[in-house]
Amino acid sequence: MQESGPIIQVEHVTHSFGDKTVLDDINISVRKGEFVTFLGPSGCGKTTLLRIIAGFQKASEGKILIAGTDVTDIPPYKRPVNTVFQKYALFPHLNVFNNVAFGLNLKKLEATVIKKKVKKVLKMVSMTDYEERDVDSLSGGQQQRVAIARAIVNEPEVLLLDEPLAALDLKMRKDMQMEIKAMHKKLGITFVYVTHDQEEALTLSDTIVVMSEGKIQQIGTPTEIYNEPINAFVADFIGESNILNGTMIEDNLVEFAGHRFECVDKGFGQNVPVDVVIRPEDIYIFDLSEAAQFTGKVTSSIFKGVHYEMMVVTPEGYEFMIQDYHCFEVGKTVGLRVKPFDIQVMKKERVCNTFEGVMIDKGHVRFLEQSFKCKENHEFPAGSQVKVSVDFQKVILQDNEEDGMLSGEVSFILYKGNHYHLTVLTDGDENIFVDTNDIWDDGDRVGITIPPEAIQLSNL
Amino acid sequence: MEVKRNLSTFMGKRKNWSIPYILFLAFFVVTPLFLIFYYAFTNSTGGFTFDNFRRFWQQPEAMHTFVFSVGVALITTAVCLLLGYPAAYILSRMSSKTAKIMVLLFILPMWINFLIRTLATVALFDFLGIPLGQASLYFGMVYNFLPFMVYPIYNILQKTDQNLIEAAQDLGANPRQVFFRTILPLSVPGVKSGIMMVFMPVISTFAIAELLTINNIKLFGTTLQENIYNGMWNYGAALSLVMLLLIGLTLLFNGDGNAKAAEEGGLI
Repeated sequence: MQESGPIIQVEHVTHSFGDKTVLDDINISVRKGEFVTFLGPSGCGKTTLLRIIAGFQKASEGKILIAGTDVTDIPPYKRPVNTVFQKYALFPHLNVFNNVAFGLNLKKLEATVIKKKVKKVLKMVSMTDYEERDVDSLSGGQQQRVAIARAIVNEPEVLLLDEPLAALDLKMRKDMQMEIKAMHKKLGITFVYVTHDQEEALTLSDTIVVMSEGKIQQIGTPTEIYNEPINAFVADFIGESNILNGTMIEDNLVEFAGHRFECVDKGFGQNVPVDVVIRPEDIYIFDLSEAAQFTGKVTSSIFKGVHYEMMVVTPEGYEFMIQDYHCFEVGKTVGLRVKPFDIQVMKKERVCNTFEGVMIDKGHVRFLEQSFKCKENHEFPAGSQVKVSVDFQKVILQDNEEDGMLSGEVSFILYKGNHYHLTVLTDGDENIFVDTNDIWDDGDRVGITIPPEAIQLSNL
Repeated sequence: MEVKRNLSTFMGKRKNWSIPYILFLAFFVVTPLFLIFYYAFTNSTGGFTFDNFRRFWQQPEAMHTFVFSVGVALITTAVCLLLGYPAAYILSRMSSKTAKIMVLLFILPMWINFLIRTLATVALFDFLGIPLGQASLYFGMVYNFLPFMVYPIYNILQKTDQNLIEAAQDLGANPRQVFFRTILPLSVPGVKSGIMMVFMPVISTFAIAELLTINNIKLFGTTLQENIYNGMWNYGAALSLVMLLLIGLTLLFNGDGNAKAAEEGGLI
């Protein structure tokens, strides 16, 4: 009796290209027959992780187990997995039939068996009459069907799919999503799917692994990920959301946007800074009345097909995105309400920038591989190790990267209702977090200045 | 003023820029071809005749040289392919920086005039006491034409989609199978291109044979050159046509893939 244990185990996998870490201590366990999706923005390491599972890349550290066997050092052709590549990678010198039969031919099966299997699988992907066709003469969607057929005809234990639908147009993508889901059900094998499209992940998966910057942010079912995002990154990446700074006053009471709201979260402690997430469809919008918890003025309203998407600014200066079937005109003052259950409270990952530093003299401290002027102090002698804290809103960003003490690139932008929370990756590969009202774009090169009065020193 | 304006509109049309080249082609390619045809089918008094071809067909010496030359070309091409493919494969696996230098080293000798190279080879063989003959002929041929085989194959191997190699591995192909079922078939256009670029010039070369065998071994190119040189224009023209026919057949061997092969294989 074989126990239906995990089919894939990723244990402490770390991978670097040069000195850039692309995967940082990844641990995942995939059940047999599960549909797992690695979801994240480009460059988050999801494709690298898939390639490590397939065997095309060897992890710098860590182990991969497939069906209980350690395959870390086993080359790809001996692994019981097959891959559907992003750009299909069909063999241009072979026709459709021979592309699909490639794996079976290598296994030296009998010609009649091969023929039967290929025909069966081509029927499954609705490509029956295309056997003799040249692969270059097929459309993108047809090529993708052949690529899927070529992989599943080998009856692998695990099918790996690397953004298989990324090159297709929207309509075709939706159709193929349904077909892939149906195929998963029919074949009963494990699918590991990589995508940057959150909607695709929500549609297809049993389990979603949200990744960012080489780390797993959250693992959960689509509903868990959508309704209970674990941090601001996940909330922002999955679907639309309003993310705000808030304070947990006490259990079941949270303050944000200048108002106090009843909520269902507890156990954070008292007066603790938190992130609050409210989905745009969870805010009730109506003509001003007694029922309003807070009010706002509609600044824009766009018809999105099924619903209207409206931006509403409160008198306190917070902006909310709201989706509703009813349209409220621009300029109108409306009442707003949120149910306790729809307020998602998340622990803040950090409340200010912290760095490890060394005192140079009483007016200078060294951190981020650079010397910074700080307020004179007599508490820490030269050479002592200190903790350096810098508030998010006290970091200054400059258009001209030469003007800053450091230079870097804006790598992530989070709108927090009344300001932007930016992640800036310095050229020394460190993250600095900045709160600002200025509008920056992803990928902008910036100068970074930390004024002396912003630097707080404390014991390490 | 009028003339100047006319000139500027004339120069302004891009099509007109090709006129010098068309004139060049007409004078130095098309006209000579017509002359070859004309001389091949006429006798010394200008009358129409097939005698020149009949003479080639019936003269055992010329026929023998022709067959021998084709044989030399085939063997040279085969040796170039056997040496060139592995070299190209190794080059294509190198990091692009090293490969660039290596390819340059392969091509560098080509920038020296091949007569000088061949004379130097003769001097070298002489110095080493190696007798000049059939072996030195093949050496000279392979030495001169190897780069023309390596380059197109290297070019296509180096452009091979890494995804296809991974796909083959993924489908269960071990390194040997990856090579024979993916890399080799995908490099066929480069191989075809290389074969053409070696076979065609070797057929007509004569200087290498003359120098490296001290005129002991005659190739078809030598026969041709001798006839023309000795004023037998009609017979020489007929022999030229035979060679043109052979080169035409070589192009046919490449079939419809010719244009594609030239493009992908990097026919220089």
